[in-house]
Amino acid sequence: MSFVPAPISRFFHRMASPPHFYCLTNKLLPWLTVIFILLLGYGLYAGLYLAPTDYQQGDSYRIIYVHVPAAWMSLFIYVVMATAGAIGLIWRIKLADIMVICSAPIGASFTFIALVTGSLWGKPMWGTWWVWDARLTSELILLFLYLGIISLYGAIEDKRSASRAVSILALVGVVNIPIIHYSVEWWNTLHQGPTVTKIDKPSIHIDMLIPLLVMAIAFKFYHLIALLQAAKVELLKREQNSQWVKTMLESET
Amino acid sequence: MNSFAESILMGGYAFYVWTAYGIAFVVLLINLVLPVLQRKQFLRELALKQKRTRQ
Repeated sequence: MSFVPAPISRFFHRMASPPHFYCLTNKLLPWLTVIFILLLGYGLYAGLYLAPTDYQQGDSYRIIYVHVPAAWMSLFIYVVMATAGAIGLIWRIKLADIMVICSAPIGASFTFIALVTGSLWGKPMWGTWWVWDARLTSELILLFLYLGIISLYGAIEDKRSASRAVSILALVGVVNIPIIHYSVEWWNTLHQGPTVTKIDKPSIHIDMLIPLLVMAIAFKFYHLIALLQAAKVELLKREQNSQWVKTMLESET
Repeated sequence: MNSFAESILMGGYAFYVWTAYGIAFVVLLINLVLPVLQRKQFLRELALKQKRTRQ
């Protein structure tokens, strides 16, 4: 890692040191939780109450405020997980391995939410709970990838080999991400095209867009909180015989 | 903006909208609560183990 300047390299090594990470997490979590609750509160209030009713879809469109942010998170978390997997494979950083396995259940949850809320939106609007179109099918494959990663990790006894196997699987599964994203453009599907990510002119009213973006940011904070909480448990389990855990335990009891 | 009662009824789509929000809420809550419970239980077990080895 000689191409990385020394202060940056030092920063990463300090960040990746388990006791430092644990301590920093404890300091960050209350702040993250406060910001998350404020954003979620405003997002829900604006999305369910302030935003106008859609002229075509009535109030059923309000499902968008969980559906779309959850779907974005399902992709975002996968990319984060695969990146952590690559870092873990290349530099053998324990914390990166932990991030991979702790990301999987959160990603699976958001994928599940995207699928279920989509289904609940599809029934009144399309007249069907499910169609085997490109967007829905590729998102379902994403759920199976997450579940595959969770069960593969559970099936291998030695956690270091388990982490390596899971990281490779995560990296291979990255091909699915652009497929999900572009599925609505590449194939003619029932699922509507992108309305927000068209840079020039989003085809959504500003009063409807703001709650959507607030909810998306709220979910990002949620992701951080859930990931750090899960990482703390995993870190304690892996580090249970190390001195800093023993010291911490003694000072607490 | 709608009245509060209208918002609850969701223009006839109440079942779909509230079920979607309800399921999302439950799933996200589980992800927050579970690690906290797991950590507390693990620390309790670890403290017990430590006490036993000291004796």
